[in-house]
Amino acid sequence: MNAIFLMLIGLGAMALGYFVYSKFVAEKIFRLDPGFRTPAHEFEDGVDYVPTNKFVLWGHHFTSVAGAAPIVGPAIAVIWGWVPAFLWVVFGTIFFAGVHDAGAIWASNRNKAKSVGSLTGDVVGKRARSIFMIVIFLVLLMVNAVFAVVIAGLLTQFQTSVVPVWGAIVVALIIGQLIYRKMIGLLTVSVVGVVALYALIWVGPSMPLALPELFMGLTDKAQWIILLFVYAAIASLLPVWMLLQPRDYINGLQLFVGLGLLYGAVLLSAPDVVAPAFNDNVPEGTPSMIPLLFVTIACGAISGFHGLVSSGTTSKQLDKETDLRFVGYFGAIGEGCLALAAIIAATAGFATLADWQAIYSGFGQGGVAAFVQGGANILSNGLGFDIELSQTILTVMAVLFAGTTMDTGLRLQRYIFQEWGVIYNINWMQKAAPATLLAVASCLLLAFGAGGDGSGGLLIWPLFGTTNQLLAGLTLLVITVMLARLGRPMLVTLIPLLFLLVMTVLALLIQLKGFYEQANWFLFGLDLVVLAAAILVALECGSTLNRLRSGKAEELEDQS
Amino acid sequence: MKIKRVLAWINRASQYAEEVYNAPYRAAIARARREEEDLFMLLVFSEMMGVPNPASYYTLELQPLLLERFHDWHKRMGMEHSPLDHFRCC
Repeated sequence: MNAIFLMLIGLGAMALGYFVYSKFVAEKIFRLDPGFRTPAHEFEDGVDYVPTNKFVLWGHHFTSVAGAAPIVGPAIAVIWGWVPAFLWVVFGTIFFAGVHDAGAIWASNRNKAKSVGSLTGDVVGKRARSIFMIVIFLVLLMVNAVFAVVIAGLLTQFQTSVVPVWGAIVVALIIGQLIYRKMIGLLTVSVVGVVALYALIWVGPSMPLALPELFMGLTDKAQWIILLFVYAAIASLLPVWMLLQPRDYINGLQLFVGLGLLYGAVLLSAPDVVAPAFNDNVPEGTPSMIPLLFVTIACGAISGFHGLVSSGTTSKQLDKETDLRFVGYFGAIGEGCLALAAIIAATAGFATLADWQAIYSGFGQGGVAAFVQGGANILSNGLGFDIELSQTILTVMAVLFAGTTMDTGLRLQRYIFQEWGVIYNINWMQKAAPATLLAVASCLLLAFGAGGDGSGGLLIWPLFGTTNQLLAGLTLLVITVMLARLGRPMLVTLIPLLFLLVMTVLALLIQLKGFYEQANWFLFGLDLVVLAAAILVALECGSTLNRLRSGKAEELEDQS
Repeated sequence: MKIKRVLAWINRASQYAEEVYNAPYRAAIARARREEEDLFMLLVFSEMMGVPNPASYYTLELQPLLLERFHDWHKRMGMEHSPLDHFRCC
């Protein structure tokens, strides 16, 4: 099959989903009302609550939710063949992610723009909220540890990307200074920033950099992981305008350029998909496709992380309620497009099936490296770029995304520690620096807990998927309960919710067995915690809906 | 006519870019600014009322940050050196 068909069918289906299905959900289920006074207007304070133009808000929402996961997940999942990954990304985006993201904004918007965490407490119950807090902490911990491993892997494998990746930080720092100190217009700065970034990418292949293979008993990958955490700790302590803000902005621009290049190259080179549609000949040790596919591809199909952004900041800036269809649903479509590009790169970018199989020699082996290698082949065939330059472009794209997610994640984790310091009255923990150190230490413990090479984060990648899906499940539960209370049809969220819960619990059980057999007690314990949370969510879900059905809505309200 | 249109378009694009750049961090930056104003208000108010400044202990931490601005200020005011004995910047 030609990749152009894959691209056109995927993009066409998602466009159809936006124009038809999201319209149905917005009008008939959520019944969006253009006259509703949104919290952005009701509580406008110029700080958190600011009515924002829907295109601007979409930009903010999309760049906040799009991290490395829509690249990592699909690029790993094509090991079962391209059809299952393609179907889950397309249908997952249309029927799961779009409804979930738009629904989270809607639920939050109708409840004074509260976050999903506090909404869970209000709508479902206090028990559910406690589970939610644990799940959020676990997700953050895993994101930081996993992304450090992914970036370190890319930096060691593609040494030409080292200069542009670290150079991008310098570019971001300079841009921040230009905007805030020199007050130079943003359009000029954007153009200069993107040109500078691509100049670094262009220089990269002629200046490959590598760390010593062994330094103080640490492999080069482990050294990168430690360096990355040192960087992330510093970045998370700096004022946001100095590094985080310009870095995220440049990344957003880079995403559009990168996606444009990749899709453009697919159109021009029309590569054939060499990977099998369904892979019967999976490498030894590959887990069963059902249920693991549905947790391996989280972002790009459905991801709980989106609910945090939707209800955390997006809902506070919604100008009109009807805008949430564009911001939430189309935001999910944007990420679906990124996941689709990852699938095409990881399946159509190889000359023969044997080349593809050589990359996918084991579960978790393909991943981002396959995206980079495959995508680079497509770029070089389609646009005539040098292969090393193409690899550098895609590596920088993947690393920058993982990097920004990491330093935001570490910042959020620091806040959690600081909050705990306040709750338990521990003075030193309330300060930024010690709290950051604690956050870094917990991530390093996870990364190096499974061995000296620091790859502990990658081992827990499937656990990240399940935890993240659980978060999505909780958000869907909140939306479903709200719909049930309003007496509206709730199948649009109930079916995805049940599907997610079943797949997540199944995946956790299978992994639990695996960890037990490998005598990996660390992951076994972590798996048990997530499993307990999943079962509690399922029980909470059943009992809440049951009580609603038997007309005990008042009792439910008393409880919350 | 066409050039005007193009310029207007560039202007609008620039405004959008500015908004997209600021939207995710508007809250954090506005909060930081508000906190700075709160501190300033506290200082001015306590000075005015003759109340021993409750923030002076903590403002000690701010000295390195304020130094540069303070230096600019006294130069602008026409004083060659810092007018305060205990706050010497040059």
